[in-house]
Amino acid sequence: MAVTLSDKAATHIGNFIAKRGKGVGIRLGVRTSGCSGMAYKLEFADEVLPEDVVFESHGLKVLIDPKSLPYMDGTELDFVREGLNEGFKFNNPNVKGECGCGESFSV
Amino acid sequence: MALLQISEPGMSTAPHQHRLAVGIDLGTTNSLVATVRNGVPQCLQDENGKMLLPSVVRYLPDGQVAIGRVAQTAQATDPRNTIVSVKRFMGRGLKDVAHVETMPYDFVDAEGMVRLRTVQGVKSPVEVSAEILRSLRQRAEYSLGGELTGAVITVPAYFDDAQRQATKDAARLAGLNVLRLLNEPTAAAIAYGLENASEGVYAVYDLGGGTFDISILRLSRGVFEVVATSGDAALGGDDFDHRLFCWILDNAGISLPSDRDSRRLLMKAREVKERLTLDESVPIRMTLESGDEVDLVIERQVFVDITVNLVSKTLKPVKKALRDANLSPEDVKGVVMVGGATRMPHVQQAVGELFGQTPLTNLDPDTVVAVGAAMQANVLAGNRAGEDEWLLLDVIPLSLGIETMGGLVEKIIPRNSTIPTARAQDFTTFKDGQSAMAFHVVQGERELVSDCRSLARFELRGIPPMVAGAARIRVTFQVDADGLLSVSAREQTTGVEARVEVKPSYGLADDEIAGMLKAGFEHAQNDLEVRALKEQQVEAERVIEATEKALQADGELLNEAERAELDGAVAALRAAAEGQEARAIKIQLEVFNRASNEFASRRMDKSIREALAGHKIDEIRI
Repeated sequence: MAVTLSDKAATHIGNFIAKRGKGVGIRLGVRTSGCSGMAYKLEFADEVLPEDVVFESHGLKVLIDPKSLPYMDGTELDFVREGLNEGFKFNNPNVKGECGCGESFSV
Repeated sequence: MALLQISEPGMSTAPHQHRLAVGIDLGTTNSLVATVRNGVPQCLQDENGKMLLPSVVRYLPDGQVAIGRVAQTAQATDPRNTIVSVKRFMGRGLKDVAHVETMPYDFVDAEGMVRLRTVQGVKSPVEVSAEILRSLRQRAEYSLGGELTGAVITVPAYFDDAQRQATKDAARLAGLNVLRLLNEPTAAAIAYGLENASEGVYAVYDLGGGTFDISILRLSRGVFEVVATSGDAALGGDDFDHRLFCWILDNAGISLPSDRDSRRLLMKAREVKERLTLDESVPIRMTLESGDEVDLVIERQVFVDITVNLVSKTLKPVKKALRDANLSPEDVKGVVMVGGATRMPHVQQAVGELFGQTPLTNLDPDTVVAVGAAMQANVLAGNRAGEDEWLLLDVIPLSLGIETMGGLVEKIIPRNSTIPTARAQDFTTFKDGQSAMAFHVVQGERELVSDCRSLARFELRGIPPMVAGAARIRVTFQVDADGLLSVSAREQTTGVEARVEVKPSYGLADDEIAGMLKAGFEHAQNDLEVRALKEQQVEAERVIEATEKALQADGELLNEAERAELDGAVAALRAAAEGQEARAIKIQLEVFNRASNEFASRRMDKSIREALAGHKIDEIRI
């Protein structure tokens, strides 16, 4: 299994990193917080840490710390537009439930 | 599922802890809102993909308010209730407003700030601006999917305290938390990243739709100091459109077109002007309502010729600002271009020639101020990593002082002091046995009180009788990070003290603001009721669904009469939920809860029995 980026997500991430001017890729992860147990972390990454699990998708580095990986294995990161809002969405097969607002989830 | 944005390393926000912050360029002609998303600043668009919101508010007889393009179309048909360029009235009395007689509004001269009588009653410029800000806030909240933590709003560098306070009040009325007011040229400089550049003098040339401003900024130790400002409040891109419009009328041999034709031709002129930025010549074809045909071609050079004196009109204030700052064009390290009209090649060329360098034009001149404000808002909201945190300081634009004997101004805080700041100065009594002292706080660079702007008056009473000159009264001026002032006076020997927050001398008294806020709360009540109804309906649906499931599973626990009673309660609840009364639903819910109590407890017993069946007591973990 792996963690992948959709075409759209990859295009946008590529653009964001180019505009930001630095960064080796993006870092995904989960943290325990929120009303339904866990929340995603989505950050620019400036360096690869020794323990990181690194996936390559569309030529971009996706870094995940090994503790987070079991919760997100098989996830595809997508970029979607909903009305005026647009942003990233995790399509995570491990998710069993989400809180009403969708900001946190449980596995 | 909520949509996520990429954060800076280590800055991921916990759920429900969004720190959404925006920058707002509240312009005379157009307004914009921008934010930093995924580390990249961007302007937010409305449903139609437009970024610019015309700063036009129209009050309709039915109590509705139209904002932006919709309002703009009514400008000709309903001029009295369609308010354009309200920014010119912010914090201004009737006597301060230029060309009152040519404006179509029904002015009411209230103390301090002028008011406008509309079909919805008398409105202050603060309220009108608040409508524009509210519209931008809604756009931002739809776009970002959450409530805003705060906003940075830009104001012209020359805005005085009353105008700044008016802007802040408008934001408050629109439900925005103002993180900071930021000078427009400073915002443009931030967008270009000049705050990280080497120290030096920069010029910001801002040719907007209807106003022209030139600011000379000096950057030293991370502080932007506004050294000089100048401009022309009645010169902008619209004047270029108008010149072209006249040229079309002349060359097509049309005189006195109808209102509708004028509007269409003016819009055509604007479009042609914009196309001439890229094309050497542009055809103009149009059939008017009068039957007249327009079929012309305009060369760029012709357009340059008919507008060249407008461009040179902007250069005079530029030279004046440089003279005021005691600088020559060679001292300027960079020139930032702001405002859509600076796209015109001959404007860029003229500015380039004056300063002897190519002006900075690689950012969109329409959005550069909003983008800079968004970047500042992002920092103030705490969305940037600690390592490269920068705090931008601003300066007060005009000196603050106090009136002394003879109507003279004693400056306490000189202009261009960095803020926040506090300064004190000692004063004394003028007459023997003088027991009180009146203070008159003024702002401005002139020596006579009558030439400066009056900000506030207050009195210090209870000074003990002393000979003239013996009392020592320390007057302290404090300016917070938004450029707003509080003044206190303290007699040193006895400690009697008086103080004043400089509240708008433009006369929007606190109770008026309170009244407007209250109006906002009344709407809030309305919203609350709608919300309560929705909540009850959702709850009723949830309960009905759960009950039906339970009846399917464990229906045999009830005898027929009990079952009929419960079914009746479900039906009653369903009927109530379809109504529009939150209270009725709530009552039905309570009735239902009582009716279903017995059923629920029997189900509980049953499941416990099932769980315990076949187990010894010490196998049960509690």
